[in-house]
Amino acid sequence: MELGVKDSKLQNSSEKKASLKQTPLHDFHRSQGGKMVEFAGWSMPVQYRDSHITSHLHTRHHCSIFDVSHMLQTKVYGKDRVKFMESLVVGDIAELKDNQGTLSLFTNTKGGIMDDLIVTKTDQGYLYVVSNAGCADKDSAHMQARLREFKAAGHDVDLEYLEESLIALQGPSMARVLQEGVGDDLSKLTFMTSVLTPVFGIPGCRVTRCGYTGEDGVEISVPRDSVVALTERLLANDEVKLAGLGSRDSLRLEAGLCLYGNDIDETTTPVEAALVWTIGKRRRQVRDFPGADIIIPQIKAKTQRKRVGLISNGPPIRQHTPILSPEGRVIGEVTSGCPSPCLKQNVAMGYVETSFSKAGTPVQVEVRKKMVPAVVSKMPFVPTNYYTGH
Amino acid sequence: MFSSFCPPVADVLLFLPSCCRCSPLSALLLLMLSSFCPPVAAPASLFCLCPPAASHPSLIFHCPAAALKYTDKHEWVRVEDGVGTVGISKFAQEALGDVVYCGLPDVGTKLSQSDEFGALESVKAASELYSPLTGEVTEVNNALSDNPGLVNKSCYKDGWLIKMTISVPEELDALMDEAAYERYIRSIED
Repeated sequence: MELGVKDSKLQNSSEKKASLKQTPLHDFHRSQGGKMVEFAGWSMPVQYRDSHITSHLHTRHHCSIFDVSHMLQTKVYGKDRVKFMESLVVGDIAELKDNQGTLSLFTNTKGGIMDDLIVTKTDQGYLYVVSNAGCADKDSAHMQARLREFKAAGHDVDLEYLEESLIALQGPSMARVLQEGVGDDLSKLTFMTSVLTPVFGIPGCRVTRCGYTGEDGVEISVPRDSVVALTERLLANDEVKLAGLGSRDSLRLEAGLCLYGNDIDETTTPVEAALVWTIGKRRRQVRDFPGADIIIPQIKAKTQRKRVGLISNGPPIRQHTPILSPEGRVIGEVTSGCPSPCLKQNVAMGYVETSFSKAGTPVQVEVRKKMVPAVVSKMPFVPTNYYTGH
Repeated sequence: MFSSFCPPVADVLLFLPSCCRCSPLSALLLLMLSSFCPPVAAPASLFCLCPPAASHPSLIFHCPAAALKYTDKHEWVRVEDGVGTVGISKFAQEALGDVVYCGLPDVGTKLSQSDEFGALESVKAASELYSPLTGEVTEVNNALSDNPGLVNKSCYKDGWLIKMTISVPEELDALMDEAAYERYIRSIED
C-alpha cells in the first residue's frame, strides 16, 4: 500500500515544515500527541492520540476543542461598515439584530463564490467577520480593494485584521462545560449570536454560538497569549478532548456543511450550490452584490446542475468520483465524501444534473472501475443540534 | 537471502529472525552448525532451519510458525504448505488509521507481483494494496466485510486479506525479512 495522506489538501512533508505558519497552540498540540500536517500553509493537527472515529464520536456525545486560529478574523469599523460589507456579500446585513451573525458568501462578478464566511453585527461599533484560512490572502485583498474604493468615495470604513486566536468548543456538553467559566447565562446565547465576555478569568474574549460540526457549540476568540491557558483549563474538564482536522471534516460532512475549495468555489454559483437561503430578501430585489445579475435570474430559471447529498454502502465515495444515471450516463461528480462514523454508511456531496437532484433519486457512482448504487439524500445526514433557546 | 556465505549447508540453511519458533531438535542442529557458519544476521537471537517454500519437500525440519516476508509497500506474506497468506504490517495499519472498508479481489483473480489487488479505506483516505507475489487468489477474508477493524486489531492474524498460490517462489527471496523491514521503516520515518 502507498502510505502518506491521500487528501490533496493535506501534505506531510518535513521540508515544508520550516515554512509553515504556526498557531500559538502549535507546540501544545505536539505535546498532546498531535499529528501535524500542512493545511492552507499552516501546520495543523489532523488527529491526536485517539483514533479519528473515537474523536469524531466524542464530539457528538461530549465535546471537543478545535484550534481554528488559522482562520481570518476581521473587524470592519466605521459609519458605512454595513454598506461596505453588503457591497461584497449576498446577505441582508443591515437587518441583522445586534450581536446576531449569519453565514454569508463573497461572490465575484461572474456569480461564483469567492469564500463562505460568518458576519456578526456587534453592538460595539464593528462587524466581526470570520473567513477561511485557505482564502485569507484572496479575501483580504478583496476587502482592501473595496476599502480603497469606499474611502476614495468619501465613506467612513476601516478594516482591522485580528491577532487573537480562535478555538471552537463543539458538542452537547459544551454549555455545561463553558458555563463554569462565563458569567452570562449561556441559555440566553442562542445559535448565531455573539457576546464579549471574560472566559475562565481571561479578559478580552468573544464567544459566538456557531460552529462547523452540526452540534451545539461556540467559537471563542481569545488573546493569543492566553489561548494555551484557556485550552488547558477547558481540557481539565473530563468531558473535553482535543480534536483535529480529520474529525472536523467528517463532522461537517455529516452535518451537510460545505467545504470551500471542494463543494463550493469560484465556478459554483450560490444557486447551483443550493445556498439560495444565504441571499437576502432585500438583496434579491436590489441586486446590489457582485454577480447579482447572473445569480438572481438563476433562482427562477433553475440551473443545469445542483449540489446534492449522496448516501451509499460499500466502498467509500470521495472527491472526483463520477456520478452516473442508472443507465450509466455521467451526470455529475462528487466534491467531497467520507465514511460516516455515525451512520456507518458513506456520505458525500456532489453536483448532479438538476433533473436528478430530488431526494430519493437513485444514481450510481464509479469507484475503482466498478458501479456502486447510491441515493440522492437530503442534508444534514445526521440531525443537527443547533441551540435555538427552546 | 543469507544462504550463500556457508557452502556446505547453503541449500539448507536459511537464517531467519526471531519471529520463528523452532523445535528443540532444529535448535540443537543450529548450535552444532553455528560453529562452522557464524550467523550473519546479527540482531536476531534465535535462528531456525526453514526450507524455502515448496522447493525442498524432503527436508525434515520445518518451522511451526512460518516467517513473514515484507514488501516495500508494507504488505507481508506468510507461506505455509505452498499457500501465501497476505496482509499489511503494523506500521501500515497504524499509518492508515481505523479501517472502515476493505476492497478485495474475487477468488480466482490472477495477480502478477506488484499488481494492485484492492484497497483499504479509512475515514480520511484510501490506500491501494499491491500483490507481494505472482499467483492466483484462492481465498479472501470474508470476516472483513462485517469487521474491517480486524485489519487494525490483528493485522498479522485475524486481519489477513487474501490467500494465494505461489507461481514464482523465487520472488520470496527478494522480499525483506523482518529485520530488513524494520530497518526499512526506520529509514523512511526519518
